[in-house]
Amino acid sequence: MNRLTGADVLMRVYLGIFFFYLLAPLAVMAFATFNTSRFPTVTPWLGTTTQWFVALWNDRQMWQGLRSSFIVGAAVIAVSVPIGVAAAMLLDGVHKRARSLLYAVMVSPLLTPGVIIGISTLVFWDRLGVKGGLHLAVIGQSSFIIAYVMLMVSARLQRFDRTLEEAALDLGASHTQVFRKILFPYLRPAILAGAVLAFFQSFENYNTTLFTRGTETTLTVYIASKVRTGLTPAVNALALILIVVTILFAVGYEILRRRQKAKVAAA
Amino acid sequence: MSDLLRRYGWPITLFMIGTAAIWLVVMVVLPALVMVEYSFHPNLPVTKRGGPEDYYTIANYAALFRGVDLATWTFPNDFKVFVRTIWGASLVTLVSLVVCYPIAWHVAKVAPPRRAALMILLLIIPFWINEILRTFAWYIILAYQGPLNAVLLGVGILEKPVRWLSGSGGVIIGMTYAFLLFMMFPLINAIETLDTNQVEAARDLGAPTWQIHRRIVIPHAKPGIAVGCIMVFVLAASSYIVPALLGSPGTRWFTETIYVWFFEGQDWPRGSAYAFILLTLCVGFIMLVMRVFRVGLADIAK
Amino acid sequence: MSRDVKLDRVTMRFGDFTAVDDVSLDIRAGEFFSFLGPSGCGKTTILRMISGFMEPSAGRILIGGENMAGIGPNRRPTALIFQNLALFPMMTVADNIAFGLEMRGVDRSVRRKRAMELLELIALPDSADKRIEQLSGGQKQRVAIARALAVEPQVMLLDEPLSALDLKLRQHMRTELRAIQRRTGLTFIYITHDQGEALTMSDRVGVMSRGRIDQVGLSHAIYDEPATPFVATFVGENNVFAGRLAAVSGGVGTVETPTGPLRARVAGDLAPGASVLLFVRPERMRLGAGADGPNTVTRPVSHVDFEGNFVNVALEPIVEGGRPMLVQLSNDGRIPAFDRGAAVAVSFDPAHARILAAGEMAKE
Repeated sequence: MNRLTGADVLMRVYLGIFFFYLLAPLAVMAFATFNTSRFPTVTPWLGTTTQWFVALWNDRQMWQGLRSSFIVGAAVIAVSVPIGVAAAMLLDGVHKRARSLLYAVMVSPLLTPGVIIGISTLVFWDRLGVKGGLHLAVIGQSSFIIAYVMLMVSARLQRFDRTLEEAALDLGASHTQVFRKILFPYLRPAILAGAVLAFFQSFENYNTTLFTRGTETTLTVYIASKVRTGLTPAVNALALILIVVTILFAVGYEILRRRQKAKVAAA
Repeated sequence: MSDLLRRYGWPITLFMIGTAAIWLVVMVVLPALVMVEYSFHPNLPVTKRGGPEDYYTIANYAALFRGVDLATWTFPNDFKVFVRTIWGASLVTLVSLVVCYPIAWHVAKVAPPRRAALMILLLIIPFWINEILRTFAWYIILAYQGPLNAVLLGVGILEKPVRWLSGSGGVIIGMTYAFLLFMMFPLINAIETLDTNQVEAARDLGAPTWQIHRRIVIPHAKPGIAVGCIMVFVLAASSYIVPALLGSPGTRWFTETIYVWFFEGQDWPRGSAYAFILLTLCVGFIMLVMRVFRVGLADIAK
Repeated sequence: MSRDVKLDRVTMRFGDFTAVDDVSLDIRAGEFFSFLGPSGCGKTTILRMISGFMEPSAGRILIGGENMAGIGPNRRPTALIFQNLALFPMMTVADNIAFGLEMRGVDRSVRRKRAMELLELIALPDSADKRIEQLSGGQKQRVAIARALAVEPQVMLLDEPLSALDLKLRQHMRTELRAIQRRTGLTFIYITHDQGEALTMSDRVGVMSRGRIDQVGLSHAIYDEPATPFVATFVGENNVFAGRLAAVSGGVGTVETPTGPLRARVAGDLAPGASVLLFVRPERMRLGAGADGPNTVTRPVSHVDFEGNFVNVALEPIVEGGRPMLVQLSNDGRIPAFDRGAAVAVSFDPAHARILAAGEMAKE
């Protein structure tokens, strides 16, 4: 019924090329894991193996990096979620004129290059006698991850029906009780999503961590250094695992987000 | 303040203001100010700080331009790196915009809902994958004995393999790949909000496709284009890992120069000055885009 | 136990705008009192000041003789029923009702028992564990009332809680609210822009306009003896004749109008020569010239609406561009056929009409 015009055909070809371009490199990287070649590649194929997973498993540095990444991620959640929620509530509560200024300051870390956040954190804390390390990575990362949490919580807070707060107050709740019983349960989905996002951002952060890490190594830093010195397909094995985890994560997160969106639309 | 108190009471209000102040003052504003202040000092060992040799100077900024000679057209290394970074980041931004626009238009308005959802999923997955891994993938592909050369030799386009990873080509390719999706999603979001009836009305009035895009879609998508350009430019200009993996010593990026001053040259004031220059570059670009596209900050941070 | 509420010269300003302007009022304990007025008249602001969400810019609010200044909404003996009800969507029906008790640290089992009693009272005994979105509009209404009653307030405040319901349910809920008020003996303060609600439920009504109370009184007094042109036109329909007061004798005045002299009772002290408005309700108009000659108006018919029990006849305005003159006839089987454009004579008894000093009227 619909006849394809020349433009349509062109568009389809372009779409095909684009998605090939987008996904093929990841596939190449994944497939290279199973090549026996010492340098990760798919050409030439020297034989199929799973030896690089074993090599990865036996790499103590990798485990060390993974451990550090989890520690930093957990600490970033602990720092950025409460502050992000508080910042969103503050932004929601202040007067209009103050709001736009406060908003500009709060989102500025998102527009600041990660290396600069890392550098300024390093220089500032060095003045106070604090040297680089995982703790400084947590501070540096949090300074912009809080803004992500703030934005997520803000978006939900804007749809909050404030009469619920008033009703609870009117029924005798204290302000703390109103927060615990009404506002917090309402914000919980956004807070959870914010925590997930915070962990993810922290886990994959490189630029800020690079300057603040001191002599410590997170998983992302480990990968980067491995690629530059001592590259074997064990790195691909790790990449493959991370990609699979990421896909599961991304799909799960999207499903959650859409379900919530549908709920909002239905309500 | 009194509104906040009335709404949240003392303990929560204090907590809100306290934590937000810690964040904005101790984690955002003060570090930036200290970095800037630091950049105006000479590089001294700790023992000499505050001594007679410690005075304010703009030497660290001047250093970037020292040796620039327009007459003989010679430029010092750091300056070349800086210009290359601006040029490279701009190129990556432009290429991303051109590559993404047709796709974004298709996903947002042309594709039937199911196919659009599938394509968005295919876009989201690489978007969530670590920048380093996306870069690493191209490191493999572009390697001298890698699949790209193998394929091109195989089909006879090339007669001998190309060293993709020397020169800036690999960096530009890798950055476009790494940051392209930061252009894609703002574009899709912006185009999605366009009322399809407008497009149909324009078509009905006889507008050819390119005019529809020029007069209807692109003006509507302006905020998305602005956000995409800002994101891609800032990410590209401040990327460290992509040039580190895909570049060669002759094609350093400004971030690498900063890193070298910090951790190899042990000259923190110089590094701070360069970092501030990079920040100024990014802020300047953001303000330029906001002015050109007439969008506000609230449109950008979504 | 219920308490009285006293407003003592209460004023509320928002910047340059005065929402409530020097209002003084005594609401008795156990009374059903309604504030009636158009949107923006300040009635919601008054309610929010009584409940404690706003502090007045000037003046005092006393509940049971106690000054409420500086006392937050969570420590006042009032319970507010919100316009949108503000039921908590994340809790069950029973948890909603028991919320106030939970905040007061009452034991879980006691809370549950009290919630069940209240559910019994509002005739929803099986809904304890339902979610709010499973309830119908009327059920939500009743849950909101039960939630407010659970904290045993001494004053109930109601912010147009019926406005979202359809007509049938609204009428039913009026009776129910009134019954609950009688049974509990609580002071009810009700705000509404719907005169039907205010007049049917209330012991007394306060009519508000532009931040001031124009009149406080019993329902029939508000209707039959409006104190200002605003009240006369906002509450029910009224025909208006503008003119100059010619003479007053024995409480009855004569007004020179464009259609001739008309007579009616004079409200308050008005001296001859004053610019006045004469009001007659459509249902007080009679067909035919009156025995009392001067109070007859003859105008062409503009249109006729048949409503079943009533027939509304609209006569063409006396002044160009004015309001049409309305005559409401009870359908007693003796209503003649009206031809459009045919002149009809109507009249009214001076005792059923009212003369007020000229002033602002309600918008249509």
